[in-house]
Amino acid sequence: MIITKQKPMEKIMEMIEPFPKLFIVGCGICSTSCMTGGEDQVIEMAEKLGDRVLGYKVVEDPCDIRIDKRDLREYKEQIKDADAILVMSCGVGVQTVGDYANKVVIPTNDTLFIGETERLGKFHDRCMACGECILDETGGVCPITRCAKGLLNGPCGGQVNGKCEVGDYEEECAWVQIYDRLKEQGRLELFTKFRPPRDYSTKVLKVHHYFEK
Amino acid sequence: MTTSRPAFSKLVKDIRAKKFVLTGELEPEKVTDLEEVLESARAMKPYVVAANVTDNPLAYAYMNSLVPSWKVQEEVGLETVYQMTIRDRNRLAIVSDVLAAQYLGIKNILTLSGDHTVLGDNKGAKSVYDLDSAQFTYLLHKMIDEGVDVAGNEIHGKIEINVGIAGNPNADPLMPEVLKIGRKTKLGADFIQTQTMFDIEKTKTFLKEVDKYNCPVLIGVFPLKGYGIADFFDKYIPGVSVPPELMAAMKKAKEEPDKARRKEKYDEVNLEYFGPFIKEIKQTTHAAGIHVMAVLYERIFEPLLEQL
Repeated sequence: MIITKQKPMEKIMEMIEPFPKLFIVGCGICSTSCMTGGEDQVIEMAEKLGDRVLGYKVVEDPCDIRIDKRDLREYKEQIKDADAILVMSCGVGVQTVGDYANKVVIPTNDTLFIGETERLGKFHDRCMACGECILDETGGVCPITRCAKGLLNGPCGGQVNGKCEVGDYEEECAWVQIYDRLKEQGRLELFTKFRPPRDYSTKVLKVHHYFEK
Repeated sequence: MTTSRPAFSKLVKDIRAKKFVLTGELEPEKVTDLEEVLESARAMKPYVVAANVTDNPLAYAYMNSLVPSWKVQEEVGLETVYQMTIRDRNRLAIVSDVLAAQYLGIKNILTLSGDHTVLGDNKGAKSVYDLDSAQFTYLLHKMIDEGVDVAGNEIHGKIEINVGIAGNPNADPLMPEVLKIGRKTKLGADFIQTQTMFDIEKTKTFLKEVDKYNCPVLIGVFPLKGYGIADFFDKYIPGVSVPPELMAAMKKAKEEPDKARRKEKYDEVNLEYFGPFIKEIKQTTHAAGIHVMAVLYERIFEPLLEQL
């Protein structure tokens, strides 16, 4: 899931200041789960902003432009009259709604990471969408995301009692976790495998993806 | 040694000649002149075969380490170990700096991950980590042994530099660290320099574990110039804690009101602790030598070495 956190209300007020009339779009998937763009939060936001809000809609999946078209069709007039759209989703939803509506879009949320949900409101950073997954070799623990330095070949010297030098030794050292998992699985040979430098060009060169059916 | 790389540096020549070697440490700080560094280099020159020059230690933005590494060799005639972190350099910057290092006559490079930027004095900086320290070692192997960079582009001219890697015998658990070192020795390391050690048993365990990799190890020691540095070290250096009995002895020495006498007391504490420590390493292990991180505490070299 894409984890988001709502910006402070003062910041949101500052961003919307130049735009008297607003339409609000929420997100029915990730931001609903994060409680940053679900029905309750959208209504709460509309109530806070009062008359400035011409309408609102929680789009089932605002990062899919087809769903924006489907769910926002009946709000065409309000959106047309609005000076800006306040989008309560991740950064992808904000951009997709902007592409659909061709309007000023304002994000209410900061997008944090692709995360694992432990329970409502408790999420863990797990994937950076690096485009080259090696979780099969690392015991299901991602070193790109979970090692503060994104190292591919074992721990650095900042590992103390299995904890990481970043953040006052409160977080686990990902490479110690990987070692433990691989040892438990009897696959330690994967720990010593040398992973050569990554090719960062692929991610930069390819932004649009068209998959064959 | 796992590579057939020649010994380019005096440090590696001495190691291969089975001499028990000592290296020192120089730390250029946020300065625009090098007088203090050169003075330290002159002071330690009689006792060490080479001196490491630190590269933005603890992620503090200091003078770059290449220029002092060169200047110390030129002005003082003391060989240097040019420390390079991958925290501040992508693979292009590494290649550039290594080419320049070769031009300037640098003979040793120590490859380091580098403390994370959040520990440093510019906490908001973006860490690079394009490569990790194993990949950095691999890049140096390509440059030195095959004459190409990591993308296979030819280097015009030879790189004649020996490669050191870091090890942390304090690591707990130790095996991930040991296996990581094993991988790096296979990629082409000529020597290992370790993090500061205070615990002789941990040191011996580490040496035993990495013995199979057949790569010479210099054990790091950090004589404590004063209580302040001991306290800082204990609190802020990742992976290092000063033993309580040593901290207590330093604290006692600190209470001496007379400045000259206090200095003597600090020296006594250090000699009492590190003298036997180094002696035991020399006499009972296969360690190739000691890396003495006595930054601005060069006066300790002579009495310390007298004990060996």
